[in-house]
Amino acid sequence: MKFLHHFREAIGASLDAIRANKMRAGLSTLGIVIGIVTVTLMGAAINGLNQAFIRSISSMGADVLYVSRYDWFPANQAEWGQWRHRSKINSAEAEAFSQRAVSVQAVAPVGEDDATVKYQGRSGNGVDVIGTTDGYRAINGAIVAQGRFLTVFDAAGTQPVCVIGSAVATNLFRTGDPIGQDIKIDDQFYQVIGVLEPEGAMLGWSLDNRVIIPIRQFLQQYGDDEDIDLDVKTGNLANLPEARETVRAIMRQVRHLRPGQPDDFTINQQDQFIGWFHRQTRTIALIGLFITSLALFVGGIGIMNIMFVSVIERTREIGVCKAIGARSGTVLLQFLIEAICICLFGGVIGLSLAWLATLAVSKWLFPASISAVVAGASLLVAVATGVASGLLPAWRAARMEPVEALRSE
Amino acid sequence: MSLIRLENITRCYQMGEETIHALRGVSLEIERGEYVAIMGPSGSGKSTLMNLIGCLDTPSSGGYELNGARVSEMDDNELAAIRNREIGFVFQTFNLLARLNALRNVELPLVYAGVPSGERRRLAREALAQVGLADRLRHRPNQLSGGQRQRVAIARALVNRPAILLADEPTGNLDSKTGEEIMALFVELWRNGNTIIIVTHEEDVARRARRVIRLRDGGIAGDDRHKPASGERAVITPVAQT
Repeated sequence: MKFLHHFREAIGASLDAIRANKMRAGLSTLGIVIGIVTVTLMGAAINGLNQAFIRSISSMGADVLYVSRYDWFPANQAEWGQWRHRSKINSAEAEAFSQRAVSVQAVAPVGEDDATVKYQGRSGNGVDVIGTTDGYRAINGAIVAQGRFLTVFDAAGTQPVCVIGSAVATNLFRTGDPIGQDIKIDDQFYQVIGVLEPEGAMLGWSLDNRVIIPIRQFLQQYGDDEDIDLDVKTGNLANLPEARETVRAIMRQVRHLRPGQPDDFTINQQDQFIGWFHRQTRTIALIGLFITSLALFVGGIGIMNIMFVSVIERTREIGVCKAIGARSGTVLLQFLIEAICICLFGGVIGLSLAWLATLAVSKWLFPASISAVVAGASLLVAVATGVASGLLPAWRAARMEPVEALRSE
Repeated sequence: MSLIRLENITRCYQMGEETIHALRGVSLEIERGEYVAIMGPSGSGKSTLMNLIGCLDTPSSGGYELNGARVSEMDDNELAAIRNREIGFVFQTFNLLARLNALRNVELPLVYAGVPSGERRRLAREALAQVGLADRLRHRPNQLSGGQRQRVAIARALVNRPAILLADEPTGNLDSKTGEEIMALFVELWRNGNTIIIVTHEEDVARRARRVIRLRDGGIAGDDRHKPASGERAVITPVAQT
């Protein structure tokens, strides 16, 4: 109770002192403002990256397993080298797997390549050609905007048909309906049967700049030795490890592996992506933290400096306060709170500036937002800077002998 | 029991190689309700004595009892509390906080005493009224004349109802007419029952007191009590100079 009283009074006294020297407080807190802006923007950027990532990764589906020759994230170069000696997953194996995997919701073989697409005078290169079956849509959550997706018959048949991504559609067809038109993928014609909804980008790589064709046509056109991945929707998120084991067992049969022989394929899943991403953002965050704490450190030194000046200037005042009954602790608290208030003031300004900046950034660049946690943390950092930079000057003020202090001019 | 009781007080300072004996064995008793002037040339030890009586400093040796409490054995926090409760300081240069108005300045000792704000405001108003500044509550020190500033300082000294009002050259920075007014205020406060100790080197100021203690070279050179004649014509008995 008594402490609370002194605390409240110290806050009042500190605010009085700051108000008496607004200009100085404002200037000295500039360093803190800059520090807090960088800290907060840093946090907001990572936050935004995380959100954007989760949004784009969500297209992958948490219950989908990706059976492939390679692991998405090799631990080192040697591992990568090893995998290159694994035999490719071929269409026969894909076929065999699909037939045996009866417990899963959907399977789609997926082959991928780069292509140039043309329609009349217009063309686009670097387009992602995906050879797959009707199962692909359910697994990857593709939504058809116009026309239809591949059917079982398209997948099994020999008709050259394709479904195009929204970016391809807008590139090739400025006006007019793409459905029913023939486009040229590399050197073969395909009839457009459907256009997909825009899906945005994943890790900066557009999901809309692609064409989807039946796997048979794909293998015919791009060669039978293309790598095929198997996308497996388990439909069993609750027990993914078990589903994973089942998929692995079937795949081992398909690849004719004897017991004891290591897997010559890898089962990738969304988790890995998230894990990898978090490792990247952690590195970014650590570097960012170092740089921003440097800015705050400089700001803190500025505050410490101004607090020392303030203590020296107010030596006589300190003497008077002590003479009329202020304890050392009271004086310490007052100067400490003064430093904290200046820093907190800077923190609030910094936070407001950062908030405006994130508004601008998310409007024109990429989604960024200040979470309550980041806001709270940056204010906490401001307070901590205040404590760190105010402690020494406040200690000096508290330790003054009243007689000496009163004698000073 | 005496209000103030000093027993063989010494106080030395180390100045480089040299040890300065500011007080060399001072013994003194002051009763409640006295009006004492402490006089002496500079270097006589009067400032040191004032600091000791005001609990701003502690003696090198000897005992000091104030209002029954052994001050000479107190730590810093206890000294701060006793200054807050028992001593009202009035300084030559007023020493008001420039950024606070008169009321807030007077409230300050009560803040340190932990008095809640409503009560504080009331007591501060009362104290300011007592020194004749009821109409200057919201003025800042730089909006007040020297005499008014000293009155604010006196109100601040009085507000905690201390055992002693301790004034250090209270008229030193005032013109003679204003000085007279301040001295008249001290007399009035003394008549109302306050114990007053004034440190001064002005005979004019000392003449108002009922007891004059003269210091010389760190010791007491004279201690005279006199019944003042009416008002200004108070006669001071010549003090034996050693």
